[in-house]
Amino acid sequence: MTVSPDLDRRFRESATAEGLLDVGFDVVESPIGPLLVAATERGLARIFFDAEPELHLERLARTFGPRVLRSAPAVDAAHRQLDEYFAGDRSAFALDVDLRGTAPFAQQVLGELARVPYGQTTTYGTLAAKVGAPRAARAVGTVMNRNPLPIVLPCHRVVGANGSLTGYAGGLDVKERLLRLEGALL
Amino acid sequence: MDAVATVPPFERFYVEHRDIVLGFLRKRMGGQAAEDAFQETFLRALRAYDRLEHGEHLRAWVLTIAARLAIDTSRRARPTAHELPELPVEDGRPAYAQIEHLADGLPPTERAALVLRYAYDLSYDDIAVALSSSPEAARQAASAGVRRLRSLAQGRDLREQTPSAPKPGRIHDRLA
Repeated sequence: MTVSPDLDRRFRESATAEGLLDVGFDVVESPIGPLLVAATERGLARIFFDAEPELHLERLARTFGPRVLRSAPAVDAAHRQLDEYFAGDRSAFALDVDLRGTAPFAQQVLGELARVPYGQTTTYGTLAAKVGAPRAARAVGTVMNRNPLPIVLPCHRVVGANGSLTGYAGGLDVKERLLRLEGALL
Repeated sequence: MDAVATVPPFERFYVEHRDIVLGFLRKRMGGQAAEDAFQETFLRALRAYDRLEHGEHLRAWVLTIAARLAIDTSRRARPTAHELPELPVEDGRPAYAQIEHLADGLPPTERAALVLRYAYDLSYDDIAVALSSSPEAARQAASAGVRRLRSLAQGRDLREQTPSAPKPGRIHDRLA
C-alpha cells in the first residue's frame, strides 16, 4: 500500500499549518544547483549546498528538535525570495533568521556580514575589525566557511585582501557566479 | 547491553511507516476515511513525538495510534449506535484501556502483542508487522503475555493494587 503524493502532501501541509514542526525543510532548485533550505517558527535556519536530505536530518534534529519534516510551505517565504534573487529581482532578503547552533562570536560576525550591500565586496580583515577583533581575519574565514545561511547571509561578498576570491563552501565557481549575478565582477 | 535506540528525525520515522499505516487503515475502513485516519494518526504521532524517550517499538506505537483511531471511527460510523444501550464497562473505560492498563507490568514485546491482539483485535499478521516479527512469534508473545497476566492475577488481588481495574474473574473470561 503506497501513500499517494497527494495524501503525502496533505499530511505535510497539515503538520506545518498546525505548527507541529521543530524544523521544516525542502529542496529548492536554483541556477547554482539544488539547495536544501530549512526553517523553524523563528525563521530561516539553514541553507545547504549539498541538498541530499539524509545527510542533514540528524544534525537538524539535534539542533532544533526531532520533529523534522520535509515541507514546502515551511520554507515558502525563503523559496520565493531566493527565486527573486536569482532572477535578479531582489537585492536584499527580508527574512527572520534562526541562528541556534551558531556560537556567539560567529553570530556577531554574521550580523556584520548581513550589512555588506548587494553588489559590493569586503575583506575578511575588514569584517574582523568591525567586530572589534582586527587580528581575527582567519577566524572570520572559518565563520564564513561554516555560514549556516549562505547566499542570504552573503559570505560570497567576502574576498581576500588582495581581491582574490579565496574560498567558498559551495565552490569557488559558485562564489564567482553569485558575484557576477550581483554585478560585483565583470 | 545494547544502547537504547534514539528517536529518529520524524521525517525518517514517517517515510519508514507511512505505507504500513495506510495499508493497516485501508483494511479497516473505506478509502476516504482511511486517508483521514492516516493524516490524524501521523498528526497525533507528531504531537507526541518530542516527548518520546527512546526510539524502540515505534512501529507498534504508531499502529496502536492508528488502531485506536480505527476503533473510534468505526464507533462513530455505526448509524444505529445511538439506539443501542451502552455496553457495560465496569470502570467507565473501554476494553482496550483496561487491558493496556493491566498489561503495564509485562515485558514490552508480550505487552505489545497482548494489547494489540486483545484490546485492538488485530490479527497475528498485523501484530507481526507491528513488532517486526513473524505471525507465529506474535502469537507466542501474546500467549506468554496472557499466561504471565494470569499468574499475576492469581498471585495478587488486582483490585487492591489497581482500584480501577476490572475484577480478575473478568480478565480470565476476556483472555480465555
